[in-house]
Amino acid sequence: MDAAPAIELRGVSRRYGERWALRDLSVTVPSGQTLVVFGPNGAGKSTLLRLLASLLRPHGGEVTVLGESLPRREWAVRGRIGLLAHDALLYRDLSARENLRFHARLHKQPAARVEELLERTRLTGRADDPVRTLSKGLLQRVAVCRTILHDPPLLLLDEPRANLDPAATALIEPLIGRESGRTRVVTSHDPVGGLAEADLALGLRDGRAALLAPAGEVDVVAVEALYR
Amino acid sequence: MRSREPRPMRPTWVLLRKDLLLERRAPESVPAMVLFSITTFVLFHFGLGRDEVEGSLAAGVLLVTILFAAILGINRLFVSEQAEGGFDAVLLAPIDRTALFLSKAMALFLFLTLVELVAVPAFAILLLGPSPWDALGGLVVVLALVNGALALVGALVSALAIRTRSRDLIVPMIGLPLLVPALIAASRSCAPLLAEGGASWPAAKWLAVLALYDLVFGLLAYAVFDFLLED
Repeated sequence: MDAAPAIELRGVSRRYGERWALRDLSVTVPSGQTLVVFGPNGAGKSTLLRLLASLLRPHGGEVTVLGESLPRREWAVRGRIGLLAHDALLYRDLSARENLRFHARLHKQPAARVEELLERTRLTGRADDPVRTLSKGLLQRVAVCRTILHDPPLLLLDEPRANLDPAATALIEPLIGRESGRTRVVTSHDPVGGLAEADLALGLRDGRAALLAPAGEVDVVAVEALYR
Repeated sequence: MRSREPRPMRPTWVLLRKDLLLERRAPESVPAMVLFSITTFVLFHFGLGRDEVEGSLAAGVLLVTILFAAILGINRLFVSEQAEGGFDAVLLAPIDRTALFLSKAMALFLFLTLVELVAVPAFAILLLGPSPWDALGGLVVVLALVNGALALVGALVSALAIRTRSRDLIVPMIGLPLLVPALIAASRSCAPLLAEGGASWPAAKWLAVLALYDLVFGLLAYAVFDFLLED
């Protein structure tokens, strides 16, 4: 494990208009570890992921990702982050294979990598169908392929198991789960499942850190209290 | 902030190829622009109460129609990126964002060229008095420069508008005033070409103005496009 943290936030704030989505958030995630972020809808989880992905600029504080200060050196982290968002980030009229090949070309990955991932996620049979015809579960599997296509060291996963049945969850687990060995930031509404895969737990409420501790020290009840 | 990607052309081709594939798979922009152009010529035919136009009037009708048809394409230029959040995935790729601008401008240029392949003959049949054949070479050069202006300004304005809620308003409100100088130069270039017994080649002065306009907006877009994509 690297000594340098993969993620370091110091007093980070972000607002939309007059409303603060994140306020004075400080958290450090060592390389290879998993930070699971809990919190009710609107607590700031997705904003946090977009800040870490360099898609949003902080309005206060310092963001360092993979050793690079954002947004000043955002170009240096592009291509080293895999973002699995609520939206699949895929073109609906293109097939899964066309979408993945497009992203493979942007990330300078060989076409063989696309075929490997389609095989591993058992999408080969539907790979040439437009993604608008796929079920939400299949769409999520394609989105997972897009997320890890370029083998990023940092994964930002917004409720990654949404829409997936247990068999599909088992399929993607080696790719984006703990065993992938990558640094991960995962948002979750499942206190038990979330804490089980976390090294660190962060609970957000109204954009503030209401809970931040090693996962082993956090009680499920404390996470559930965030939603009350 | 501009990336250190040394070769923006390779990702430009990748992005352009994707845009063309999307338009081929689900044709939207080009058919709408073609239909709009032909409908507008028919409306001018009845609205002006004339069977034929020539000279500056012909140039005005042709160019304003192309300009308004372009607005339809400009409004839809980034829609595929926005619809499913594909924009974010492209922004996370290790590419110079100039590639995104270039690909969109090139796509719009190609769409406009396709539209004109149908619209200009339709204009000649429905409205134009003099035969355009003698001045065809000059007309092609003027339209290529006009397409360049529309593509550069269009890609710039579309990127500005895509993150706003009133995209359909922003594009014409910002784009049309910016395009006035190009429209003036294009109209002055075209008028003699579409006149009875007119010139077969546009005046060099107006071609130079159009070329300069393209150059200035190309450089301006290169300088500011990155900043337009910031949140």
